[in-house]
Amino acid sequence: MKDSKHLRPPKAGFSRRDFLKGSGAAAAATAIGEGVSGAVAAEAGSSVVGPGPVSIALNVNGQRRSATVEPRTTLLEVLRYQFDLTGAKPISEDGSSGGSTVLLDGKPVSASTVLALEAVGREVRTVEGLHGDPVPAAFVANDGQQCGFCTPGFVVAVRAFLDKHPSASEAEIRAGLNGNICRCGTYANIIQAVLDVVKGGSDG
Amino acid sequence: MAELSWPPQGKAAVVGKPVERIDGPAKSTGAAKYAYDINAKGMLFARLLGCPHGHARIKSIDASAARQVPGVRSVKIMKEPGKGRKSEVLWEGDLIACVAADSDGAAREGVAAIRVEYEVLEPFVHEEFLAAAEQAGRTRSGGDNIKLQREPGDDEDEDEFADKEIARLLEEADVVVDAYYGIHSICHCPLEPHGSTCVWEGDRLLAHLSTQNVSGTPGQFASPLGITANDVTVHCDYIGGGFGSKFAADSWGVVAAQIAKETGRPVKLMLDRDLELKNAGNRPSGFIRVRVGADKQGVVNVWDSHHWGTNGPSGAPVSQGVIPYVFDPPNRRRRVTRVRTNTAPSRAWRAPNHPQGAALSQTAYDDVARKLGIDSYDVFMRNLPSVSNGKADVYAEQMRIAADLINWKSKWHPHGKGEARGSIVSGLGMALHTWGGGGHSSSCLVKIHPDGGVETFLGSQDLGTGTRTVIAMVVAETLGLPPAAVKVHIGNSQYPQSGPSGGSTTVAGVSESNRRGATAALEELAKLVAPKLDAKPEEIEAVDGRVRVRGKPNRSLSWKEACRLLGMKSIEARGEFKRGQPTDLSSSGVAGVQMAEVEVDRATGVVRVKKFVAVQDMGLVVNPLTAKSQIYGGVIMGIAYSLFEERIFDARTGKFLNADMSSYNLARLGDIGEIVVELYEPESEYRRGVIGLGEPPVISPGAALSNAVCNALGVRVPVLPMTPQRVLAALEKASVSS
Repeated sequence: MKDSKHLRPPKAGFSRRDFLKGSGAAAAATAIGEGVSGAVAAEAGSSVVGPGPVSIALNVNGQRRSATVEPRTTLLEVLRYQFDLTGAKPISEDGSSGGSTVLLDGKPVSASTVLALEAVGREVRTVEGLHGDPVPAAFVANDGQQCGFCTPGFVVAVRAFLDKHPSASEAEIRAGLNGNICRCGTYANIIQAVLDVVKGGSDG
Repeated sequence: MAELSWPPQGKAAVVGKPVERIDGPAKSTGAAKYAYDINAKGMLFARLLGCPHGHARIKSIDASAARQVPGVRSVKIMKEPGKGRKSEVLWEGDLIACVAADSDGAAREGVAAIRVEYEVLEPFVHEEFLAAAEQAGRTRSGGDNIKLQREPGDDEDEDEFADKEIARLLEEADVVVDAYYGIHSICHCPLEPHGSTCVWEGDRLLAHLSTQNVSGTPGQFASPLGITANDVTVHCDYIGGGFGSKFAADSWGVVAAQIAKETGRPVKLMLDRDLELKNAGNRPSGFIRVRVGADKQGVVNVWDSHHWGTNGPSGAPVSQGVIPYVFDPPNRRRRVTRVRTNTAPSRAWRAPNHPQGAALSQTAYDDVARKLGIDSYDVFMRNLPSVSNGKADVYAEQMRIAADLINWKSKWHPHGKGEARGSIVSGLGMALHTWGGGGHSSSCLVKIHPDGGVETFLGSQDLGTGTRTVIAMVVAETLGLPPAAVKVHIGNSQYPQSGPSGGSTTVAGVSESNRRGATAALEELAKLVAPKLDAKPEEIEAVDGRVRVRGKPNRSLSWKEACRLLGMKSIEARGEFKRGQPTDLSSSGVAGVQMAEVEVDRATGVVRVKKFVAVQDMGLVVNPLTAKSQIYGGVIMGIAYSLFEERIFDARTGKFLNADMSSYNLARLGDIGEIVVELYEPESEYRRGVIGLGEPPVISPGAALSNAVCNALGVRVPVLPMTPQRVLAALEKASVSS
């Protein structure tokens, strides 16, 4: 996380909203900020990007990574096809399966519903960035996975859920983790895995 | 080779102990690479165009604009325009064309730019309505089958006799249930859609295919590509769900390989979610009208049914063989009608025919209990003498265990007579099932290296059932090592052939080949070790990381010392198993009992699973951890098709209206209630050896949950899934008719 600081929007002076308002930028282009180095974006005061490919930098799992994207390119596409981070899965495009769940500034989002440009200047954390976290270890210990295709999205969703509810009860777990779909039917073991992490049962 | 067996129950070192799946860490950290995840250099992205009409003829296809889209490298037409049969589209989503481009976005843009002119034809998609199907000319007889205790006289017409005899038996019965039940078609909906990433290496094709059939698919690519199977490698380390739908290369796999060949670039072609649901696998529907005659005790003496349903364009419904299911009363007649629909062809769905059989018939057995006002448990128990698989005693014992676990005796009440809490009523239901599960043919190559390393190679696959882990456990058991000491290589068609993973055949097949291969390898090692220990090779055994004289721990070498005797040359030993060969290591044929407790809200029609008990035999349990997971999974899939999951079609256009993850409703984590799994493994089962488990636990939930809802309401919700609308409609109908 060392080099993530300089990617964040500057805290002092003005907010992003003020900046955009003040610059008269189109509201549609909220995604632009430092990190976009496309020819058009480089023009002072302009916030229109594309339609051609532009270069951006993203902060992924604490590392600064460069990518070339079109305006339509999703965060999921960049992660999978440019960074080869294939943990987040394309299960549904509309986010209804939770398969592509990643953390954006700590909040769970479906990477398939986020444009790559929207992720500029924000911290992206993928399942690969949870190496050593007790959540994936608890999935293994409790066999909370079968085919495994939904597992990375579930692991990230559980991480986000526990960040918010570190001592969740079983009833809260059953109520709070319904954004992710598993087809093999691993839910019973996932519930145990989450309870395990709450109890500190998995050493990770 | 000596006669092979497993250690006596309780004596095995590895087999029977819960072992974490060896690919678990790779899966839970995102490191596992599925076909969808293979990124090759210079890879093209391919997307498909599906027909927007349920039934149509293609008049013309114009792909010129698609070819002009920046980034588009190839457009392939998959359906022929014109007048012939090949131009007819029989379901919405049937594949018309494929576009490959530098980016996924460009491929989609290319697909959108293809112009197709259709002649729209009349679709038929609602097979539940038999009269409408007949009117539309979509039905045809699927035959009938009669079994009666009495035989017709010499000069009597057989059909007339059957009519009269069944009428007589029903007349004489103490109680007759005259009912209608149904179960709608559902999709496989694997979360990794069907598809592949195809890479040519010179004249050889490497297909990273999402498949249940690693050894069987190279030829399916080769033939249409004009090459031979030896020039195709199919690779699949991980598959994101199959459930019976992923045995083939499929037309889209072949197209991907063709485009890769023509463009000289790797091609990734995975189905979009809607095309996945519309094309790549569904389970036949079933609807039934039945009359059942039973005595005062609920023992069924006569069954007379007519069922229909569809598997798509050819119209094959649920097999007669599962009607009625497990129970086979002394007198029965069953008739079948096929209904052709404009829906995609079915594929094998986990336990083909059985879930429908259970839902279409064990509901009727429960209605016998309802009509008599007696306990369904007693009715099921009293009908066990008629079970068709000779497992009456196993069912009886499993029923007792399940009843204890769900507290049946103290919770049960006559149908519809329970105490209500406001608008909430609760109920109990049960069902039982059967499956084969004998091992498929499987070959493996086991290697022992001079440094002590152990590997096994086979062209099998792990669907998430835990196959990899089971293989490691079997080899480890045989060589006296921990499972982690065994490197398992599966998922490549270059390895020795192993069967497709379908019908619960894998665990027995791979346990057979690996037990045999590892035993043969150990015999080779024993020949070198024996002289050092002053013993005969047949006296040598491998236990606890040591190779020793049988029963003599003090006359032993460590595993590494023993392997060092190999010098420069590794041992390579084949393990072979042919399906059906006599063996003590595996068997087939299981029972299984499931019981459900539900709460139903009479005001909203919402059904909630409160508790679900599954008692399951599977011979010798290799890995209880993953075995239990299989059963949890089967039950949860069952909850999905019982309460939530169905394809919804528009009658006028034939469109599949809910072909996306947000409206094709599957169970979610909050929907499953408390699930209790009991592995039934008395010594009598253990000594039968390994039997497959994938299918059995998914069979009974439909009937068990339908029966529980009926017990709660006192009213049958006849058709699955029991959505709130259907629950409320059933209550409304009952209140009108009473």
